Formats: sequence, C-alpha cells, structure tokens
Amino acid sequence: MRVGLFIPCYIDQFYPQVGLATVEVLERHGVEIDFPTAQTCCGQPLANTGCLEEARSLAQNFVQIFEKYEYVVCPSGSCTSMVRHHYDQFFPDDPKFHEFTHRVFELCEFLIDVLKVDRIAGRFPYRVGLHQSCHGLRELRLGKSSELVGEPFSKAHKLLGSLEGISLSQLTRPDECCGFGGTFAVAEEAVSCMMGRDRIFDHERAGTEVLTALDMSCLMHLDGLIRRDGKKMRVMHIAEILAGRAV
Amino acid sequence: MPTDHALRAAEFVADSERAHWHDQALWFVRVKRDRMAQSLPEWETLRDTAGAIKAHTMSRLGDYLEEFEQQATALGAKIHWARDAAEHNAIVLSILQSHSVKKVVKSKSMLTEECHLNPFLERHGIEVVDTDLGEWIVQLAGEPPSHIVLPAIHKKKEDVGEIFHRFLGTDKGASDPIYLTEAARHHLRQKFMQGDAGITGVNFAIAETGGFVVCTNEGNADLGVSLPKLHIACMGIEKLIPRARDLGVFLRLLARSATGQPITTYSSHFHGPVAGGELHIVLVDNGRSEILKSDEFRRSLNCIRCGACMNTCPVYRRSGGHSYGTTVPGPIGSILAPARDAKLFAGLPHACSLCGSCTDVCPVKIDLHHQLLTWRGEIGRRGLLPLSKTLPMKLMAFVFRRPWLYSFAGRVGRRIMSLTPKWLLYNRFNSWGRQRELPPVPPQSFRELYARRQHQQN
Repeated sequence: MRVGLFIPCYIDQFYPQVGLATVEVLERHGVEIDFPTAQTCCGQPLANTGCLEEARSLAQNFVQIFEKYEYVVCPSGSCTSMVRHHYDQFFPDDPKFHEFTHRVFELCEFLIDVLKVDRIAGRFPYRVGLHQSCHGLRELRLGKSSELVGEPFSKAHKLLGSLEGISLSQLTRPDECCGFGGTFAVAEEAVSCMMGRDRIFDHERAGTEVLTALDMSCLMHLDGLIRRDGKKMRVMHIAEILAGRAV
Repeated sequence: MPTDHALRAAEFVADSERAHWHDQALWFVRVKRDRMAQSLPEWETLRDTAGAIKAHTMSRLGDYLEEFEQQATALGAKIHWARDAAEHNAIVLSILQSHSVKKVVKSKSMLTEECHLNPFLERHGIEVVDTDLGEWIVQLAGEPPSHIVLPAIHKKKEDVGEIFHRFLGTDKGASDPIYLTEAARHHLRQKFMQGDAGITGVNFAIAETGGFVVCTNEGNADLGVSLPKLHIACMGIEKLIPRARDLGVFLRLLARSATGQPITTYSSHFHGPVAGGELHIVLVDNGRSEILKSDEFRRSLNCIRCGACMNTCPVYRRSGGHSYGTTVPGPIGSILAPARDAKLFAGLPHACSLCGSCTDVCPVKIDLHHQLLTWRGEIGRRGLLPLSKTLPMKLMAFVFRRPWLYSFAGRVGRRIMSLTPKWLLYNRFNSWGRQRELPPVPPQSFRELYARRQHQQN
C-alpha cells in the first residue's frame, strides 16, 4: 500500500523528528510512503482567522497534490479535520472532492481503521498522559468526548495502552482544551496560557511523566509553558512513542 | 491590536485566584450536568429530538406564531408584537402606565436584559425589582448579569455580603449564605407584597395551546404574578414549540443541561389571565427574523438559554461573562452578538479556541463552534478584520503558495531564530514568548531530513 504523507508545516519546520517517527511507524506496518514536496500548509490558520479567499487557494493546491493517492495520512488531528470537515466550502458540488476527503486520515485512525492494527509492539515503561486534542476528539471523533453519552472509546488510548510497561494518567478533566487554538494562542494570550497551565497541573497531579497528543501544535504550546516554568515533564508526539523513541 | 474581549479577559486572568475560583465554580456545574446526562441512556436521542423539533419550528415560525396568537387570545391573553427593543420597551411602558403602575416585580428574563428594559422603566419613574436572587444581587451592584442562568456567578459570597450590607443593612462582614439568603427573602417578600404588576420571561410558548411555561428555581415568577392583577410576559419569537407534548423533551433537557438538576424546581404553566386580571404577552423580534433568514446561523435560534455552553467553555470560565460585553455571553452570545452588529462584535467569534465542547453539550444540538468559525469567515468577507490579522495571513498565503519560497523562508527563519539572542527574541511584541518558550529550532526541516534519508536508502 502506498500513501501520500501529509506533514503539517509546523512539524516540517520545527519538529522534523515527529515526521520521521510517522514515517517509521507507517513503514513498520508495511506501508510505502510518498512525500510530495510541493505540499506546504493545509490553510487552516488562514481559514480560522477568516481569510477564506487565501485559504481557498491553499486548499486547491492541497487537493491537486494529494488527490492521486489512495490514502493520505497525517500526524495531526487538527490538520486532517481541516481537510475532511472544512474544505467542502471551497469545493461546492464537487463529488470527486467529497470522495477524496474520505481518504484523508489522521495517523492513529489510519493504523486502527485502515490497517486494522490493534496493538503496537514495543515497550514504554512510563506514566503517559494523553492530551486529547480537540479536533481529533470532537471533529474526527477519534474518541468519545466527555460531554456525550455513550460507550467510551479512544483510538489513541487503545494504541498507547498496547505498549508494554506503559501506564496511563487519569485526569480530573479528561478532555479540556489546552488553549492553543492557533492564532488564539497569541490573540488571547492570557486565557490561552492559563488554560495550558491548568492542563499541565492536572497532568502533574496525575503523575504524568510523558505528555503526549495527536497534535504537535497543542504540545508546542504546552511544552513552551513546561519549559518556561522549569518543569520536568517530557513532551512527545504520539508518533514518537509508537515508533519506540527513547524518552 | 488585542480585541476588547482579550483585554478584559487579561484583566480577569490577572487575578489568578479569582479566575481559578470562577473556573472551578462553573466546572462544578458542568460535572453535575455530566452526571445528570449520563443517568439518561436516551440522552443523545433527546438532544436529536429537541434539535429536530426546533429546526421544524423555525422552518414555519410564522405559522406557529399566528397559531399561538390565536390560541393565547382565545384564552384571554392580549398579544403584542414588537419589531425591536425600543418597541418592546414602549409597549411594556404603555401597559404599565395605563394601569398607573409604580412598582414592578420581574422574574428572570434575558429578553428584557437584551432590551435594557429596567433603566428605561426607571427613567419613566417606575421601580423595577429583579426577584431572581442572582439577578437582584447584580441589580443592587449596578452590574449586568455575567451568566444567563447564574447571573451573579462572578460574585463570591463575601462580595454578596458586602452588597447586602450596603443595601439591606445586613451585618458588616457577614457572608454566611443562609443568613444572606434569609435577609434577601425578607426584603423580597416586601417587594412582592408591594408590586403593582409582575413581569416574567418565557421559557417555552406552545403554539397548539396558547399557553407558556416559565422555569425558575426560586418560585419567584409565581410569586410575582400571583398578587398583582397585571402580568406581562416578554418573549423572543424563537421561544415557540409546536405542541404541548413537545414540552417534555425540553423540560428534561433544560435543567439537566443548565444546573445538573433533573428538573427546575418550578415549571409554571400559564394559560390566560388570572380571574379578574390581565395577561399581556409581548412577542419580540429584535433581529431574530434576520437570523432566521440565514442558512448558516438559523440554528442559533434553537437556543433554549440553558447556559451549558458557558459552563463548559474553557474561555468563558477563565474570562468571566462581562468580558464579552453582551447580554448573552459565551459561545452562543458570540454568535448572536455579531448578528446584531458585526462591526462592533467582530472580535467575539475569535474569543474561542474552537475546542467544540459547546457543540457537544448543547441540548438542542447547535453546532456552536462551527457557527463561530463561519462568523470569522463572514467577518473577513465583510472586510471587518483588522489589518493586524489580515496582513500576516496574506503574507503567509503568499509564501505557502510557493513551495520553494516556503522552504527557503523556513530555512532562513529558523537560522534567524537560532542566531537571535534570547533577550531580543523575547521582545515585547512576541506575545507567544511572554509566558512560553518558543519551539526549539532544528537545523534541518523534515523535508530536508527525509530527502537525505531517501537518498541514503537508494
């Protein structure tokens, strides 16, 4: 199976190790990877600011670059959700596009739903706190959010829980937003940082040694606070844990 | 330029202890709501049903309004139609003046807050007392409510003690909730006895019967309209539901979502005036039919004002209701306000991290965070975004459209970041870096490392 790898711009520029870990996890599960270098950004920051015309041109680029792939995989719930749930405004009445969006997957959901992976080989003897990134949770529905009534599930927890020696933190607020929110992090800096610190405090109380998430953007914000406050908690993207990277 | 919300939010957050107290007080309500929701296996079915009933009602609101008018009139109520807040206030005043009313007792009504009825009546020499305890507290303090269900949630019991000491003469420094509530009850009883007319809001008006329901936890709506012979009920036109049997769906959702109670303590049904009295119902548009026209925002009229989106909103909990500068704050308020004045409230849809929690708690399934996002696009389309937002985005789009420029700018940018001394990097224009470290700067991007890896493997 050959997939188009979609690496979000900020991972490309600031967290190349997360991209490489994604490549390794996929290759280990028999996937061949193609990384089209014409890709840049899915346009989410522009759309979320309200600059729809600018976002439209990036969305058109994106679809042009990736539509030839059977599957597109991305190590970010938020960027995946941008394509799957928010591109339709740029492609009204285009059935080809509609079909395309169903082939774009976040990494964990690709492993579970397409590759039918139910456990990851490896050992990770740490207490891990999963930050449930909002767009993965409440847009892609990679888990049941705490607001809804129904059978609990979480694709990320399922994969993490299969690692040997791992223990998962129990939080008092299992899926509250970290306060990143794209430009929100800067435009509403005070609230954003308070939200982030509250999440970190919850993880500290739960004994989290390694803080992880499906989205490096949330982790960039949380890690920025952790390092500024001189805390010991380590931050890793879920792909790095699944790839067996050392802490 | 920070928005008004961002500035007021920063002030709120600056008092860290109080901001945390506010966050936890509302989170406590959210947890109670979760417990109640989880106790009903049919919860999601109820939400689906409520959303569908409201969507249906909105699709033929005109018909249902006429049906309600006929049925309510047949029950002996007098119906008034108000295009906007000014008409609403004028209608209420004229009814009160024709009965020589000097003192009014009013139960909670966000509509009358929206229309600023209290100051209007006071200017015309009519005393209005808000009889909901929370509303009365903020009325005494001279403030607007900060939450639609818990109007004084931003006040600690010590603050309430201070206000009551000043206005009711309770002991200085007393903050015991039972003592303060007793004092409030005593004072409010006198107001109820003296009231010449009672004004209430409306939670649900039923087209089929012409009746309406008012939900309170304090029984103050019933008290307020039991003694006086004049009852004025003020409602937005979106409060309608088609049939009496639909009521059960909404009453089960409302209190569970609002405060985590199985049902409000008093759900009072009104069908026409009391014997020898008068019942006036004022139906207010005030911008609602404009929202009704819009495919994108029509669903915001489904709102039953339970306040669950506020209780769950991580931004609202940490910025307080007053930071929004609107009668209805929080997620739903940030959708309704720009519909009224997009220019004035252009910043509100951005007072949101797009976490989507509001959408998942909403008992009538309004896709709140998507509507907030749609508003951002709408504000952009109308040219109401400040240059400080559009300029960086235009620049970003220019770079992102050119992969070579993007790679080049990334390389140069990372190089500059790694060479710039820390004191210069963390300058006063860097709002990211005020409380946070910037991400570490790797020497090579993913695409560079991946190209090298592919090269080595081949």
